[in-house]
Amino acid sequence: MQKIGVFVCHCGTNIAGTVNIDEVVENAKHEPGVKYVAEYPYMCSEAGQSMVQKAIDEHDLSGIVISACSPRMHETTFRRAAARTKLNPFMLEMANIREQCSWVHKDKEEATNKAHALTRAAIAKVHHNTPLFPGESPVTKRALVIGGGIAGVSCALDIAEAGFVVDIVESTPSIGGKMAQLDKTFPTLDCSACILTPKMVDAQFHENINIHTYSEIESVEGFVGDFTITIRKKARSVDMKKCTGCGACYDKCPIKKIPGEFDEGLGMRTAIYTPFAQAIPNVPVIDREHCLKFKTGKCGLCETVCAPDAIDFEQEDELITEKYGAVIIATGITPISLDKFGEYAYTSPDVITSLEFERMTNAAGPTKGELIRISDKKKPKSITFIQCVGSRDVAVRSKTYCSKICCMYTAKHAMLVKDKYPDIEVNVFYIDVRTPGKNFDEFYRRAVEEYGVNYIKGQVGKVVDNGDSLWIQAVDMLDNKQIKTKTDLIVLATAIEPVKSVRNIAGMLSASIDTNNFMTEAHPKLKPVESPTAGVFLAGACQGPKDIPETVAGAGATAAKVIGLLAKDKLITNPCIADLDPYYCNGCSACEKVCPYGAISYEDTEINDHGKKAIRRIAVINKALCQGCGACVVTCPSGAMDLLGFSNRQITAEVDAICR
Amino acid sequence: MPLNPNSSFTPLIVAFCCNWCSYAGADLAGTSRLNYPAQIKIIKVPCSCRIDPMFVLRAFQKGADGVILCGCHPGDCHYSTGNYYARRRITLFFSMLEYLGIEKERTHLEWVSAAEGNKFASTMRKFTEQIHALGKNERLEDIR
Repeated sequence: MQKIGVFVCHCGTNIAGTVNIDEVVENAKHEPGVKYVAEYPYMCSEAGQSMVQKAIDEHDLSGIVISACSPRMHETTFRRAAARTKLNPFMLEMANIREQCSWVHKDKEEATNKAHALTRAAIAKVHHNTPLFPGESPVTKRALVIGGGIAGVSCALDIAEAGFVVDIVESTPSIGGKMAQLDKTFPTLDCSACILTPKMVDAQFHENINIHTYSEIESVEGFVGDFTITIRKKARSVDMKKCTGCGACYDKCPIKKIPGEFDEGLGMRTAIYTPFAQAIPNVPVIDREHCLKFKTGKCGLCETVCAPDAIDFEQEDELITEKYGAVIIATGITPISLDKFGEYAYTSPDVITSLEFERMTNAAGPTKGELIRISDKKKPKSITFIQCVGSRDVAVRSKTYCSKICCMYTAKHAMLVKDKYPDIEVNVFYIDVRTPGKNFDEFYRRAVEEYGVNYIKGQVGKVVDNGDSLWIQAVDMLDNKQIKTKTDLIVLATAIEPVKSVRNIAGMLSASIDTNNFMTEAHPKLKPVESPTAGVFLAGACQGPKDIPETVAGAGATAAKVIGLLAKDKLITNPCIADLDPYYCNGCSACEKVCPYGAISYEDTEINDHGKKAIRRIAVINKALCQGCGACVVTCPSGAMDLLGFSNRQITAEVDAICR
Repeated sequence: MPLNPNSSFTPLIVAFCCNWCSYAGADLAGTSRLNYPAQIKIIKVPCSCRIDPMFVLRAFQKGADGVILCGCHPGDCHYSTGNYYARRRITLFFSMLEYLGIEKERTHLEWVSAAEGNKFASTMRKFTEQIHALGKNERLEDIR
């Protein structure tokens, strides 16, 4: 039997004004197990706390109930007070007789009765409390960033600056991501490469940053503070240490007609290539699918011309295993496929996506920045931009969300065209123009007012390529009329979506993902850069469409959270977590399926089955991962699972006490 | 303060509230001094998915006249998916209770966020009125 102390707080008149404290005290004295009852005007005060501490020691109390304000207010205060005595701080329960009683009820008798009932429930609960001990888990002071775009690079730089080692894993041959492909950036029209490449170089030479390009995550084990991750470095066929980046190999490569990924297929690359001039690392990769040496065994020209002898056709994938304390997902976005958007005639060479347009206007791009129709290499007389291609549409082929960046980059594209070629007519078909953001609306107004870009509210229903020009059928919603017009070049503001590989990565890290494959935040407002899985953080547009300033700001926030974690030597874990009775567990996996944190696994365990030795597959709870939601407890069909601090016995006792 | 002055019936209502949204919403109702009937007694659980149907049965068995369960709004669960499990499980369970003779008005599942003190108080007021209209619950009561 427990020896329980009950402490009733007046909270000045906050409680005592509506609740008859004496009556609550008197009633509490008659509750089973109650050995000591006291009241005080302000229990949370220094004097009140020492009164509680003194009573615990003098009366040898094994559990205490504080009838006062909400536990959200002062539970920590009283747990600290209890910790200063010999009492375990989890042998404490609070009865909320202020926020949920005296402040919401006016009738003194009713409020007093309720305060008594709530105190009674807390006393009943504390009878079943057990001492709990927060665990500790180690923290490896190293972070892994998945994705080497602007989000990953700026997050890695911020973490590295704080003194922690960061590894970046990038699946393509160079870091830089989508931002490296852009020509100019809105709303300042500064050159994307000029602001990005110095950051890439900073990352390359930072003593705390290791970059693994052309690499992927192979496997993940462990949990917050203690992840063990294997990275697959795909065979580059070029020795990173020997290569000087002179470029003799790709100049000589005979296979020259492979559509280049970096130029969105508008420009051609060779079989041994670096994606772009400022690539980091500046070490080429051999595309084994197209390389003659790999296909036919003949060629090897690159090997012949390579002075430092860096070409290595025998190179194999390398697996690197490392321990990390935190993982940052920064996998970014990509434009959706337009296969199912036949009405826009994307198969025509003169209908391009906005990202293709970026490459075309870029001086280092496939046309050296010259705006041409791909079909006849002529300068267009008119360009039409079509907004919301695949965005804000409930059709299965489309995305229901707004891709957010298109309104701004289309205004930018329109201005870039007008800047270079004032004689080209520019039309924009839009549903809505959405330009919230610093200096964003001003930017769009400039496109309309200063550059004379013609914005038409309406959707395009059909595009037909008739050889020398493109026919557009559309509707002008403001004038309520059909439009049939001709144009020379069409740019589609294609919806963006998370890269496909993110599903696999999220799966390995047990981080949750929404129906659009965007990463889910731990809390949409208060934990915007953390995934619900402890130790897994999010940065950039893998969370949802974002522009560059937002991405960089978000990546900084992510870095701050990661630094906060890595700065700790040990993590204190919440002791109110799932607790398994192995004798009842039949290894059915029901709990594993509902756990949002991947905290449950299974192990073949030897147990004593009625005096016989038996090996059974039973659940094992990872104490560092479990957050104590209780989903597994209610799901468990055999009643093997319980939740410490909110056990079946504790809650049932509360129900019984309230209903008495 | 019985709602109906002509009736001497004082209902007993148990409210299960999740720690992160609804319990905080109830606290907000308190700090905003929003009145609701004192017959509502709140039990805190970490998440709506922690509410075992057995707790609800137990409450009715021990003489509760109504049971209300509150959790975070769908999509806002602190544990990301707990309230979805609660929603499925409890919807089924309530229909089973109805089959057992517990009127469906005696049970209720409501989403109350930490910012919805007003909603908490008005939901509790409405629910108490509903129970009041139904009168005492004797179905499932432990008569030992």
